[in-house]
Amino acid sequence: MQEIAKSFSGAAALIASGDATLFGIVLLSLEVSLSAVLLATLLGLPLGAAIAVGRFPGRRTIIVLLNALMGLPPVVVGLVVYLLLSRAGPLGALGLLFTPGAMVIAQTVLILPIIAALCRQAVEDAWLEYEEQLRSLGAHGVRAALTVLWDIRFSLLTAILAGLGRAAAEVGAVIIVGGNIDGVTRVMTTTIALETSKGDLPLALSLGVILISIVLVINAAAYGLKEAAQRRYG
Amino acid sequence: MILPLRLEEVSFVARGRAIIERISLGVEAGHASIILGANGAGKSVLMRLMHGLLAPSGGTIKWNGEGRHKQAMVFQRPVMLRRSALANVTYALALAGVDRAEREAQAREALAGVGLLPLAQRAARVLSGGEQQRLALARAWALHPEVLFLDEPTANLDPGATREIETVIKAFDAAGTKIVMSTHNLAQARRLGDEILFLHQGRLVERAPVDRFFKQPASAEAAAFIKGELPWV
Repeated sequence: MQEIAKSFSGAAALIASGDATLFGIVLLSLEVSLSAVLLATLLGLPLGAAIAVGRFPGRRTIIVLLNALMGLPPVVVGLVVYLLLSRAGPLGALGLLFTPGAMVIAQTVLILPIIAALCRQAVEDAWLEYEEQLRSLGAHGVRAALTVLWDIRFSLLTAILAGLGRAAAEVGAVIIVGGNIDGVTRVMTTTIALETSKGDLPLALSLGVILISIVLVINAAAYGLKEAAQRRYG
Repeated sequence: MILPLRLEEVSFVARGRAIIERISLGVEAGHASIILGANGAGKSVLMRLMHGLLAPSGGTIKWNGEGRHKQAMVFQRPVMLRRSALANVTYALALAGVDRAEREAQAREALAGVGLLPLAQRAARVLSGGEQQRLALARAWALHPEVLFLDEPTANLDPGATREIETVIKAFDAAGTKIVMSTHNLAQARRLGDEILFLHQGRLVERAPVDRFFKQPASAEAAAFIKGELPWV
């Protein structure tokens, strides 16, 4: 019990001191995860919308596959991306392995199915409601899809946040492709894993507190935004 | 002119069940036509076939001329976009290819026509049911369609809102737009219609001027329907 209390007070002191190493790690974590979310959103929203609205052979299989991929184990993603980026791999020439770039790629692969699958569901539900009216007004194809995406933009925020939560919290993928190199690819989750095994509990704990706080603040802001939009736009 | 519209032996089958069976009819400009019939008679499907939202399983549907935006439809439950009332109308105008510079003025004119100008900047989805339906009418009317299809436009509304909608429909009718409206409300059919198209189990059983239809229905099905709806007559 005393050990825990000591860790907590140590963590509080560390956060309060504005430790440069600590905030470097936090910053890199945010950079990597937000970049992955941005990429996965740019790819995932059109993909999800296309699957929701399109009618093509193999559609059901793709939907089942996409839903299943939401539960992709991070270590497996890490392993596959590692193999692709390793010197002997097909993308080895890029020299990305053990760089933040590799971590962004791995996290993008990890959360793309989450964002695409949740977007697919949201668009499909909305499409049921909008399709007839939009066709009656003369909106087709891409135009109709963009209208629906824009109209449910606040619901899509939830899909994007689910992706962010997953990216910020995972450790398996980034530790494999990033290598947890001090000052280069060390992020919050990998540091927590390392420092816990080394016994530096205050550092691990302060990172844990910061990680949870960040996720909490982002979700609270998104919830508030969605509420406000609901009141404003119905 | 996109009218007259000709339907030849039109059928529509869904999941092996015939919803519309071999309907032939011409829809001409002028008189307001009311499609009357019980629930499940095929009224909504017939309008969707005419409007082009459904493709017939058999037969042909031919307009006299081209022009997707010369016909419009108002649904039983209007779907409003999450933007202002005004923006919902300008959206429809944009789809119809109206110049950006002219959209707002035209949209305001349409909103004024249904009495919604004071609510132009209000979010469309927070309007009441009756206001949303009037907005749907304005959105359809902004394009000045030659034909306006209305699928039970007052089915979900209270009497006050229903009266307002009917006033607007009458104004469109007076302005020369061909009204094709479905309803199962006999009093409304009388108030708004010039002629009745009576559907029964997917077939067009009777087509007659309103007065004659109610006084002397030619078919047993229509007589039974009127009696069922107005047992005191």
